[in-house]
Parts: sequence; C-alpha cells; structure tokens
Amino acid sequence: MTAPATLTHTLAARDLRVDTVAGHPVLKGVSYEIAPGEVLALVGESGSGKTTAGLAALGHFRRGLVHTGGAISLQSGAADPVSVLDVGDRERRQLRGSTVAYIPQDPAASLNPALRIGKQIGEVLETHGYGASDAERSARIAEVLAEVGLPDDESYRRRYPHELSGGQQQRVGIAMAFACRPSVVVLDEPTTGLDVTTQTLVLRTVAALTTEHDTAALYITHDLAVVATIAHRVAVLRNGEVVEYGSADEVLRSPSHAYTRELVTAVPHLDGTGATDTSGSVTSPTSASPTSASASGASASDGPASAGARGDRGRRPVLSVSGLSVSYGDHHVLRDVSLDVRAGECVMLLGESGSGKTTLSQCVAGLGEPHAGTVSLAGAPLAASTQQRTAEQLRSVQYVFQSPYSSLNPRKTIAQSVELPLRTLTDLDAAARRARVTETLERVRLDPALAERLPDELSGGQRQRAAIARGLVTTPDVLLCDEVTSALDVSVQATIIDLLCELRRELGTAMLFVTHNIALARHVADRIAVLRGGEVIESGTVDEVLDFPSHEYTRELLANTPRM
Amino acid sequence: MFRLILRRLAISVAVLWLVTLLVFVATLLLPGDPARAILGQQATPERIAALNDQLGLDAPVWQRYLDWLGGVFTGDLGTSAASQGPVTELLGGRIGASLVLLVGAAVISTAGGLALGTWSALRRGRAVDHTVSGLSLVVAALPEFVIGVALIVVLSTTVLPLFPSVTLAPPGEPVWSQPIQLVLPILTLTLVVTPYITRMMRATMSEVLDSGYVEMARLKGLPERVVITRHAVPHAIGPVAQVIAIQLAWLAGGVVVVEFLFRYPGIGQALIDAVNNRDVEVVQAITLLIAGVYIVVNLIADIVGIMTNPKLRAEVAR
Repeated sequence: MTAPATLTHTLAARDLRVDTVAGHPVLKGVSYEIAPGEVLALVGESGSGKTTAGLAALGHFRRGLVHTGGAISLQSGAADPVSVLDVGDRERRQLRGSTVAYIPQDPAASLNPALRIGKQIGEVLETHGYGASDAERSARIAEVLAEVGLPDDESYRRRYPHELSGGQQQRVGIAMAFACRPSVVVLDEPTTGLDVTTQTLVLRTVAALTTEHDTAALYITHDLAVVATIAHRVAVLRNGEVVEYGSADEVLRSPSHAYTRELVTAVPHLDGTGATDTSGSVTSPTSASPTSASASGASASDGPASAGARGDRGRRPVLSVSGLSVSYGDHHVLRDVSLDVRAGECVMLLGESGSGKTTLSQCVAGLGEPHAGTVSLAGAPLAASTQQRTAEQLRSVQYVFQSPYSSLNPRKTIAQSVELPLRTLTDLDAAARRARVTETLERVRLDPALAERLPDELSGGQRQRAAIARGLVTTPDVLLCDEVTSALDVSVQATIIDLLCELRRELGTAMLFVTHNIALARHVADRIAVLRGGEVIESGTVDEVLDFPSHEYTRELLANTPRM
Repeated sequence: MFRLILRRLAISVAVLWLVTLLVFVATLLLPGDPARAILGQQATPERIAALNDQLGLDAPVWQRYLDWLGGVFTGDLGTSAASQGPVTELLGGRIGASLVLLVGAAVISTAGGLALGTWSALRRGRAVDHTVSGLSLVVAALPEFVIGVALIVVLSTTVLPLFPSVTLAPPGEPVWSQPIQLVLPILTLTLVVTPYITRMMRATMSEVLDSGYVEMARLKGLPERVVITRHAVPHAIGPVAQVIAIQLAWLAGGVVVVEFLFRYPGIGQALIDAVNNRDVEVVQAITLLIAGVYIVVNLIADIVGIMTNPKLRAEVAR
C-alpha cells in the first residue's frame, strides 16, 4: 500500500439514514468501511436500499429521497478526509468522477446515445483538469480503453454506444470510471445482464484495476456467486439495515444471520446441491426434484401424448422441432435446429444473448417469423403463426415470458389475465372457468386474495407466479419458459424453480426451459441443448453435458460460471 | 440518411398533390357563381356567359384542374377575378408581410418555449413549475382572438398606450418600415403557440432528466450547464420538434385571424377578402400556400428528428 500507515479506510459510511420524501425509511443507519485496494460487496435484494447506499458515497440521492442522518467520509491519499455529504455543490462535483467514480448497472441506459464514447470518457478528464493538453488526455483515453481490454484506436473511440455490444458498453463504463484514477469506485451490479463469459472478463478487469491502483471498491450485487469471486468483505443489506458484516469467507461459508443463510441456500449450483454442507437443511428441495419428476412425470400426466411407453427413452416426443432455420435478410438467427421434448420432460435450452434461443421458443409458440423446417406437436405439424393454429393446438403450447413486469396487462386483474386463455381457447362456461382459475392460482401458491388485484400491487415473484398460472391454466402439454427467472432476485428465483419442478411432477407438463444460466441445469432439467450462433452445438442428459462436455464452448461456459 | 430524407420528401410531394386536388374540389363546391359575384346581382345572363367564357369556367372540370395545376408548376397562379391582376402580383408583397409575422412568432415562441420548458423541468414540483404549468394551461385554453383583443385593451388603449392596435403603414409601404406595429400581432401569435411548446418541452425534459445518462453525467462531476446542454437538451429536442412543427404549421393558418384583427396587410387579410369576393383563384393560391407551409415545417421536424438520433443517422449511412 502506498498510503500512510495511519490510514485505515478510503471510504467510510457511518449510521447513514435516508428517507423517502413521504417519510418512509429507506436506509436505517448503514455503516461500512473500505480500505484501499479492498472490495466490499454490498449484498441485498431489489428494494433493500443497496443502490441508495452506493450512490450516497457520491453524495447523490435520487428524486424523492432525502438524507436524514449519518456521514460519509472520503480519504484520498494523504489528504484530509472529506465529508462527502457536508461539502458544497461545487466541491462535491469536483469529487465525483475524479476521487469517487460510479459504474452503473445498465450501461445501455447510462451512456449518452448521441455522443461518441471517446468524447464521453474525455469529458471526465476535461472537467477534472486531468492532463495538461488535449493530446495528453487523448493518450489517457487510449490507455484506459486498453486497460479494460478494448481497442484504443481512433476509429473505435469515434463509435456511438449503440455500435457496441453490452459487454463492450459496460467496459466503456468502467473505463470512464477509472479514467481519472479515482480512490473509490462504486459498482452497481455491473455484470447483471451480461453473459457469463463477459461477466468473467468484466470481473477480472475490475479486480485487476482495483489492485493495481489501490482503489477501494464498493461492489453492489445480489449475486452471491459473484461475491465469492471478487469481494474481500461482505455487508448484507436487508430493508435498509446491514444484517451481517464480515469477511467474504465468513459470511458465505458460515452465515450467522438467518436471512444470509436463506440467500446462500438460494444460489443455484452446478452440482445441483444447495451450497456447501453447513447443515442438512441447506440442501434445497429442488435438488432432488428432476429425477423424481421425470419418473413420476410419465405416470402422472394424462395428456394424449403420454399414452405411449413408460420407459424414459421410449417415450414419444410431445414436441419435436426439426430442421428449423430462421434468417433476417443475410443474418441467420437459427440454422437447421432439431430438438425433441418428450412428455413430462424438461429440456434446458442454454444460450447466451444473441444465440437465437428466444427466436426458437417463439417459433415453437407460433409468435416467430416465418421459418423453414417443421415444429410438430405429438406428431402433428404446427403452422408457423398462431393465427393458423387450432384452438386445441394453442391450448397445448403455452408461453411464460421473461419479465413479469411487462407480460401482464397492467389494467387487468390477475384473475382476468389468468382467465383469458380459457375464454379464448376453451368452451368452458363462466363458472367452470372461475373454478379453474382459482384451482390454478392455488397450484402456483398464489394467495387467492391477490386474484382481484392489479399486477402493480404484486411483487416480482408473485407476478411471475401469476404468469405461470396463466400458462398452466389450459393444462398445456408443453410449457415454454423463456428466461422466467432472470428478472427476479436470487431467492425468488429459487422459489420459482421449486414451483416449476413441483408443477411438472404434479401435472406432467413437458417444459422447454430457456435460459442463459447453466447453474440452473441440475435444478430443473433432464436434458440440455446448448445453442450458439443459431446452432445446437451440444445436447444430451444433464449429467453428460455437465460432467463430460464435448464442445469447447460448453467447457468455457462451465469454467466461467462463478462458484461459491 | 439521405435515402430516409428523400423518402420523406417524396411523401411530402404526394401529400401536396392531394392537397391541390382537395383545394380544387373544395372551391368547386363553394356556393354561388364567381361570375355573378364579380358582376353583381343586376348582371345580364349574356354578360355572365361572356365572363364565364373569359375565365374558362365552362371547360370540363378535369381540364380546368389540369390547367390550374400546370399554372401552379410554372408559377402562374391565375388571374384574380376581383382585381383583374395576376394572383402572384397581388400576393407578392403580402407573403413577405405574413412571413415577417410567422418567422418572428416562430423564433420567439420556439426559443421561449424551449427555455421555459427546460427551466420548469429543472424545478419540477416547485412553485415556479406549478406557476408555469398553470399559466401555460390557461393561455393555451384561450383562442387567439381573445388574446389579441386582451392585448389591445391592455397595451394599446388607455391602460398602457404603448403600441398601435392596427397597422399604420399605408398600402405599398413594407410593414417592417414601422417595427412598432409588428409588436402586438407577433406577441399574440407567440402567446398562442408558446404554451404547447413549453408543456411538451417540460414533459420530455423531465423524462430525459430522469434518464440513466443524465444521472451518469452528474455522477461524472460535470458542471450542471454541461449536463443540461450536452446531455439532456439534445435528447429532448427530437420529440419536441414534432410539436413545434405542428404549432408552426398552425401559425400559418392562425395568421388569418390575427391579421384580420390587426388589419395587417398579409395573406390572411387577402384570403378573407378573396372569400368575400368569391375570388376563387386567390383562395386556391393562398390555401395551397398555407398547406405548403404545413408540409415543409413537418418535413423539417422529421429531419431534425433524424439528425438528433445517431441510431437513425447511422442506419441511413450504411
């Protein structure tokens, strides 16, 4: 460390309190300290106040929030500590971007779409008087772009944000933050929404930069697997309070607070078990379900497709995709994809963004573009568009969308939304429909009292349950689950996965589980198909693919998946 | 980008052609007979027939349309039935006079509306914001003749006799030779248009100020002035340009009432006179002119929208 021996921290928050304008507390006395070169992970679920706590380090509070107490002190090098929340606007502006920098969650929204990226990095340097001349600043831009592993040539710097991929945009965000060599960086879930390979790259970049420049980092995340990879210490935030604080090892291996234990248990593992063997109860119920589900699936299902043989291999596919190709102009989204889903089986369709996995599930559902190849249901070919499919076919294939925040009509009550497919696809009368809706809502463990509410009044997890209920209400033979957990917190994800496994066991519905998260494989799936660049590059049972991956890409994915 | 703009241009031309068709059909449907209107009630049938022949009014409808359309393309808008002179000559000076009003009002209301909207958005929820919102709503609810009359009462009668309530310049002299007579008409038009621009700018700007990139710009420590001018305003301009265009296009029509009110020698006055005199050729020419302004202004708004959006700009470049 270059800092004097007396220096114990670069950033310290003491008893930080923030309320909403209406007086509702958001942070109820949060304290933390970060030493130079140290990474503190601030862990919590959405609504826990972690972003508020992070932005406070820059003296920034979003609209509707007011600082009501506590202090944040910032010490840069040998200078006297500065109380970030007490200094004037001008001084605070001078700190931001130069001494303390912020890396946002969503780089696509945080980079100005109308400015070239070189300009966006350059304006930080210019504002803070970094470098004496334009040439010097230009050299620094090139240097910092190289540091985050991006090309540093002039033509790259002249690009607009929309000409970069998500991972590249995030690295531009990191370059922007590190441009002035700050003493503290606040990273707000910088890898959410990135593919695992890119995530690993970003995490490595952050780790290298913080070590190299002795930067203190506040890393905000809800992903404990990422915490294990990058953090030295962890603060667990819940409802605006730090419930547990300690070294990463302590908190993750032997959590003392019940909430932390719950979080740790909820993290999906590649080996299918919950966490390490801290206690017997940690093993989540999901871990046992795939095998039992596939066994009971065939017997429990009463769909027409299950009339065949009962043996696992002998069952006829209920959904069969063969030779499916889709292209937009010259761009091939899917090339000759073939895939079978047998009755009662769950197939995981694994792929990163842009692999064509959503296009594939939309083709199956009849929502996609015209395509070559066939999709057939229990042997009968399905038309490419929902408009040409029969009601019975539509009833048999249902879809659960990624974001429960946008897939439910905000002006219809939950009961109305769930009832809709019954109204359009079956000829049940009103009373029978109502009975079916109630039954299905019970099945997805949604409080019947919520049936008459609007989606806005429900939490994310409750909404996704409602969306699943809408998918299951017509008792489909195949349920398409398109990234159904990626918009949800980890602990909610665990309960949704549990629910899907249970439903599959009870109803014998076959599932195509589309995801980018290979860690979920052993928790939900019987078989995996790995999609890359529109082609299925590997498929097989979960054990085959995870234990003996045959394709280089699968091995890379496995290697880059963070573990605890 | 050019392909996109060319496509918009082609659409504009098509719309303009449709307008010529509508204008022509509409004047056919006008009640009354132009020849009788010119010659008065006492005219003999022979004289009316002679005038019809002279004006080409007995030719088949489609031929009259084609003749007129051909004239429009060659800059010959026909002959005014009332003054017996060419329409172009009659309108020449008046177009300039109206343009002074239009451009004056457009420049002031656009600049004022954008500034007021931005200022209001930056002080969201405070007294200033509520005042601006309330006032703009009240003013927007008033029709232009009410605003004009109110301004005359306040600024040109006994209360504060500052500006003339009518145009003082004698016919033939350019209106801008006495700038003081332009104040009230321009002020009236400005007051009519500004509230809409202000409200739209406030709404768009509020949204932009809540965006991730504006928050990021502030967290980078940029001075507030740079945050607003470089990161916020350019993103608000695109959508607001559409509203400005609609308002400016409205100005082209609104000018009629305001010119009448202030006895201002522009095309609005000319239109009213022409309608009274059944001067069909003049009515057609002015209607076409106003429609042309509508279309050009909207085209400019679309181009501004394309220019301020690098995504569209790039797509076009490819």
